Amino acid sequence: MDRSTRERQWNSSEARLRGLLMAGLAGDEGAYLSFLRELSGHLRAFFRHRVAGMPSDVEDLVQETLLAIHNQRHSYDAGQPLTAWLHAIAKYKIVDLYRFRSSHGAVTASIDDVEAVLAFQDWDAEDARIDVEGMLATLPDHFRLPIVLVKLQGLSVREAAEATGMSESAVKVGVHRGLKRLAAWITEGK
Amino acid sequence: MRTDDLVLMLATGSRHAGGEAFGRRLPVALAAGTGIAVLQMTVFLGIRPDLGSAAAGVDFWIKIAVPCALMAAALGLVLRLGRPGARMGPLPGLAAMPVALLWGLAAVSLFGAEPARWPELLLGETWAVCPFLIAFLAVPMFVSSFWTLRDLAPVRLRLAGAAAGLFSGATGAAVYSLHCPEMAYPFVATWYVLGMLMPVPLGAYLGPRLLRW
Repeated sequence: MDRSTRERQWNSSEARLRGLLMAGLAGDEGAYLSFLRELSGHLRAFFRHRVAGMPSDVEDLVQETLLAIHNQRHSYDAGQPLTAWLHAIAKYKIVDLYRFRSSHGAVTASIDDVEAVLAFQDWDAEDARIDVEGMLATLPDHFRLPIVLVKLQGLSVREAAEATGMSESAVKVGVHRGLKRLAAWITEGK
Repeated sequence: MRTDDLVLMLATGSRHAGGEAFGRRLPVALAAGTGIAVLQMTVFLGIRPDLGSAAAGVDFWIKIAVPCALMAAALGLVLRLGRPGARMGPLPGLAAMPVALLWGLAAVSLFGAEPARWPELLLGETWAVCPFLIAFLAVPMFVSSFWTLRDLAPVRLRLAGAAAGLFSGATGAAVYSLHCPEMAYPFVATWYVLGMLMPVPLGAYLGPRLLRW
C-alpha cells in the first residue's frame, strides 16, 4: 500500500471510528459495539506486526487494550484526534508489557508511528491466554453479580438491582469498579 | 473468553453503567490537598503574626502569586498527562515563566544592593529549614494528586509523576508563604524554588510504580 492510499484509509477509519465512539459515549450501544469490533481488528494487526512472541501474546494484548480503552473511554477528549488517543494507549500497553513484566520478547517494528494503529485490520483471532471468565468468577459478589447480570445476561440496571437487592447506583459502581479490577489483575498478573 | 465475546460484554449495558466523568476526583483532591496543608501550617508553624501589614506590600503578593501561577501550570500538566495522546503544548513554558520572573527580580535586588548584604538577602534567617518545610506542606497534595492521576489514564508515567510532584511543591510553597517571614527576592528565588522542586524527583520515581493501569 503506498503512502497516499494508506493516508486515505487512515482518514476514513479515523472519521468513522470517531463517529461510532461519540455515538457510543452518548448512549448508543450498537455504535459502541461496532466501534469496539472494528478496533479489535485494528489492534490485532498493530500488535501482530510489532510484538514477537506467541500468537496468544497478541490476543492477550488485544483484550487487555480493549478493556483499558473501555475503562478509560471518558479520557478521550472530543477535540483530539481519535488516532492519537488510541495509539497512545496501544503503545503504552506494548511498553508496559516489556518494561514491567518478565516478558521475553521484543518489539519488532516501530511503535511510534501514530497512524499505523488504524492502518490495517486483522480478523484472524487466536485464543487468548488470559482467562477473563475465570477471573470474573473470582471477583467478589458486589462486582461479579452486576457484571454477570448487566453485561453478560443483558439485564437493565434496575432489573439487576431488583435481582440482587443492591441499589441501582451500587450496580453501576459495581460494573465499573469490577471491570477496573479485572484490568488491574491482567496488568499485574503477567 | 474469545475477543468477540469480550467486545460484546464491554458494549452491553454501556449506556447506563459507568458514565464517569474525566477528572471527577479533582475537586476533592484540591480541597483536601490545600486544606490539610493550611491546617498543617497553622498548627505546626503558625501564620506569620504580621500578615496584616505584610499584605499591604506588593512583595508579599508576588511571593504568593509565583507559586500560585506555577500551581496552575502544573495542574494543567497533570491533567494533560492524564489523557492518552494529549499534547503538553505551551504548559512547560508557562510553568517556567513565574520562576524566570522571580529570578529576574532576585537579580535586580542583588545587583542593586551592596555585595556585603548579599548573604543576608540570600540566606535570610530561615534558609536551612525553608525547603524542607515547603516539602512538608506539599505532602497532602502529593498524595491527593497521585490519587487523582490513578483515576486518569497517564501513559508517560514518569513525567506524570513529576508533574504531580511539581504541583504539590507549588502548593506547599503557596501555603508556606502565609507563615514565612522572609521577604527578600533572592531568598525566595533560591529556597522556595528548591522546596517546590523537592517533590519532583520523588514523583518521577513513584510514577511508574504507582500509576500503572
